Amino acid sequence: MGEQSQQTAPIQYDYTVAKMFLVSTILFGIIGMGIGVFIAFELAFPELNNLFGEFGTFSRLRPIHTNGVAFGFTLSGIFATWYYVGQRVLKVSMAESKFLMTVGKLHFWLYFITILLAVVTLLSGLTTSKEYAELEWPLDILVVGFMVLWGISIFGLIGIRRERTLYISIWYYIAAFVAISMLYVFNNMELPTYFVTGMGSIMHSVSWYAGTNDALVQWWYGHNAVAFVFTTPIIAIIYYFLPKESGQAVYSYKLSLLSFWGLMFVYLWAGGHHLIYSTVPDWMQTMGSVFSVVLILPSWGSAINMLLTMKGEWNQLQSNPLIKFMVLASTFYMLSTLEGPIQAIKSVNALAHFTDWIPGHVHDGTLGWVGFMIIAGIYHMTPRVFKKEIYSKKLIEIQFWLQTTGIVLYFSSMWIAGITQGMMWRAVDEYGNLSYSFIDTVEVLHPYYTMRAIGGAFYLVGLFIWAYNIYKTFKCGRELSDKEINVNASPMAS
Amino acid sequence: MFHWLEQRPFFFTIGVFMVVAFAGLIEILPNFAEASRPVVGTKPYSILELAGRQVYIKDSCNACHSQLIRPFKSETDRYGMYSLSGEYAYDRPFLWGSKRTGPDLHRVGNYRTTDWHENHMWEPTSVVPGSVMPSYKHMFSNTVDVETAYAEMVAVNKVFNVPYNKPIKMKDGSTTTVKLPDSLDEAKQEILKEAKEIVKDMKNQDVKDMVEKGEIPEIVALIAYLNSLK
Repeated sequence: MGEQSQQTAPIQYDYTVAKMFLVSTILFGIIGMGIGVFIAFELAFPELNNLFGEFGTFSRLRPIHTNGVAFGFTLSGIFATWYYVGQRVLKVSMAESKFLMTVGKLHFWLYFITILLAVVTLLSGLTTSKEYAELEWPLDILVVGFMVLWGISIFGLIGIRRERTLYISIWYYIAAFVAISMLYVFNNMELPTYFVTGMGSIMHSVSWYAGTNDALVQWWYGHNAVAFVFTTPIIAIIYYFLPKESGQAVYSYKLSLLSFWGLMFVYLWAGGHHLIYSTVPDWMQTMGSVFSVVLILPSWGSAINMLLTMKGEWNQLQSNPLIKFMVLASTFYMLSTLEGPIQAIKSVNALAHFTDWIPGHVHDGTLGWVGFMIIAGIYHMTPRVFKKEIYSKKLIEIQFWLQTTGIVLYFSSMWIAGITQGMMWRAVDEYGNLSYSFIDTVEVLHPYYTMRAIGGAFYLVGLFIWAYNIYKTFKCGRELSDKEINVNASPMAS
Repeated sequence: MFHWLEQRPFFFTIGVFMVVAFAGLIEILPNFAEASRPVVGTKPYSILELAGRQVYIKDSCNACHSQLIRPFKSETDRYGMYSLSGEYAYDRPFLWGSKRTGPDLHRVGNYRTTDWHENHMWEPTSVVPGSVMPSYKHMFSNTVDVETAYAEMVAVNKVFNVPYNKPIKMKDGSTTTVKLPDSLDEAKQEILKEAKEIVKDMKNQDVKDMVEKGEIPEIVALIAYLNSLK
């Protein structure tokens, strides 16, 4: 980690932009997951759908939830950590370049405005309907804009670095940048109808691809949005913060190499598993299955590398709640990267596809892995960027257990719901006729939908505790001297 | 080699890009010519259907309903013939969905009527007790954007050669033609004509009055679209 050189020649890192993204991470986290909890309750208690007229239905709000957490909360967290980690592992301060500082601020504001516009347009029903690519074409251009600014920031900072060798986290940030840019542009190729005809809404567009082709491009994108928003940059985060917080060196360099290049090559093939038994060619579906199973290797490679980094230091799990977050995050990463390949096997997919097991799978990954890593990363950054002691260790502990309980409630209820519904859809009576009408398979889910919504609410309460704790740290945390900050375990008041 | 790459960000990035882009090239490109060919009986959407499709997208119906019948007996029993690739040739974007909180709709036009949809969209539990679907009463007062629907029609005809004004082979051996109106005015007359056909089977007086005045409520377009899914 180059800890020594940092101590001998201290560089004053500038966290202005990191702080801005830190705030937006918390803000969009609460908005995105708040809507998530609300729509979860709507499924359990449908009368909630009509509270806000056309703007409160499950269908109108769902894209705001998914975009809010993927591009609001998660991207903010990725950018916040980038503007913190990038400087530190490259051994260069943002303050050394006026240009990069300006780019960083522009990056934040363009990003922030884009997300706000996304909320407004989605709420008013302006959507392309393609999952996680719902934003209409003018917003797509803004997204490309802030991604380009991020790219300039990454390569600009690399260009003036003092540390010649790129640390593992940087590999993953670069990969996230390259892949998200490529995927986003190709999946959002749209034809704005106004420019062809001079008529109608300027916001409207149609997809450049039709039918099955559109589906193919969409899930090549959709699956890899998961790869390069929810996986790669989160691995960048854990590779920095777990060794830092624990004071342990990364267990194996070779394992991180294998996992990185393996993940890069294998992930993109797996998109086909979203299209099993659809009208895309059979061989592609099978490729999707096979590569999904292979994907266990690089995924578990990273997770095991992280867990073994804790070798001999497991006592920290008891004493440090941030280590709890990060170790459980790796564990959830292992769980969901085992569950995903299982669901990608054709016979299992036949049962699981279209059921609640899929959102169940998504959420043990996003809540357990992505959410926990971002929460832990931001907690670790807080005393360093504000130079104050974290307000309350006890609150972190409470948050950890509350959110862990929430996740368990979430995925276990959705596993049961999904498998129940899948089995009921295909059940036949002694004459070979379908046993259940569709509505039977909906009504049976009520208790699980309720349990899921409660689990989500637990997690959301945890987010509020997180926000409160960081706010109090900023407001009235004890000031820290440089010596107190340059330690491994984050300083926190009991 | 890897250590060398880690000190050279330019080549490192190129390397990542090549490794990442590889799968897309192999998997996606070869399929393009194949999958866009329509099967017999697949015709482009009429203007009212297209306006209805835009309503379907606006309210994200695809968040809870699929349009993809998988080739299992339990699915064909429930929803009808399994889906074929060519049936989606004019779907931009595709609307397969990924989650069935409600049932599949790919052939809903075969077994639901205008009247059923009208009741259901107003208050789902009135026809399906226990339903968790929201009621979509706003579709009975919001009107569709005819100009944008027409713009889409013209655009896909011009850019993607969607065969409007051309004979299309139907399954029974006959041919049919879907008309592309020549002008916006003609489009407005055409959509109104189609709307009147739908409204004949509806009972909501406000909707009938709106159509009488020349307006197209969202619900009318949506029902026309749902009826076209066969």
